Amino acid sequence: MPLILLGGFIFGFGLGFSQMARPEVVLDFLQFEDFGLLFVMFGAAIVSGIAFAVMPRISDAAPLTGDRYERRLKSFDRNVLVGGGIFGVGWGLSGICPGAAYASLGVGNVTILWALAGMFVGAYLQGYWRSQTADAGAAAAGAD
Amino acid sequence: MVVDPAPLQLAAELFPNGISRYAVGGLLVGLGAVVIYVGTGIAAGASTFLESTLSYVSDQSRFQRYVASRDWRVVFTLGIVLGGLAFAATVQSGLVTTSLYEAGTTGELYEVGGLTLWSTTVQPWRLFVGGVLVGIGTRIGKGCTSGHGVCGVGSASKTSLVGVATFLTVAIVTAQIVAALGVSP
Repeated sequence: MPLILLGGFIFGFGLGFSQMARPEVVLDFLQFEDFGLLFVMFGAAIVSGIAFAVMPRISDAAPLTGDRYERRLKSFDRNVLVGGGIFGVGWGLSGICPGAAYASLGVGNVTILWALAGMFVGAYLQGYWRSQTADAGAAAAGAD
Repeated sequence: MVVDPAPLQLAAELFPNGISRYAVGGLLVGLGAVVIYVGTGIAAGASTFLESTLSYVSDQSRFQRYVASRDWRVVFTLGIVLGGLAFAATVQSGLVTTSLYEAGTTGELYEVGGLTLWSTTVQPWRLFVGGVLVGIGTRIGKGCTSGHGVCGVGSASKTSLVGVATFLTVAIVTAQIVAALGVSP
């Protein structure tokens, strides 16, 4: 847990330093006025990419949890496109994404609470909906 | 020595705030994810926190699947907030100065007890409506800019590359439309 706190701490400091905690800067990127965001995303992905490629070769399992080192692979389906599209509209409208919003609160952006509240509402709505459809699906399958 | 000014001028147009603050910040973001990965094997994403935290207050089946991971996700998020606060207390407050950091001119700075804090001028309705869509979209789409963008792309995951391409494209189109409609800030 202290390690996760430290990791989050560095993560948040980086978001602050890169100004990604400022929605205006993200919006500037999306409007092609400042391409700096590319350096943030790809810089971060390169650093993590090295770890994701190297660690499984050095060691089988993580020292603290015993979990195997694996790449972050998620199955592809239509949801990735649908969800990505909805997220894209939200990101383009507001300039905020989850990690940057948490960091933004840290740099003093009290107004970001609107966005955080919105994210919880959105996550709850989709969770409620998917719980209902999953339960209905399970019930239908059980009825056979 | 004669230096061709064309590339420099192009850089100034594409990166009006320089690139160092972005590059350094990005490396730190990646480093934060790596610290967690090396120690625990976890490929951390920020958006699952929304659902995992809801499992404390809702017994919907969708949220209950995150019960096992919800505690460390709260710690991770707390770390991100504290990291932002530490940035505000040091670099943003001018306590630490570095040539790598170029302060922006957006938003509003304000002081609380010697601490320089920053607040956005983007309108609350944009933040709220955008937030709702981000909350729905990142959860259906299996990740956000950190999960897909940093850990997923770092894993060379095809799903994440498609996910990033999707939300990046849609976000650019959306932002252009919003700007064209004259919504500002």
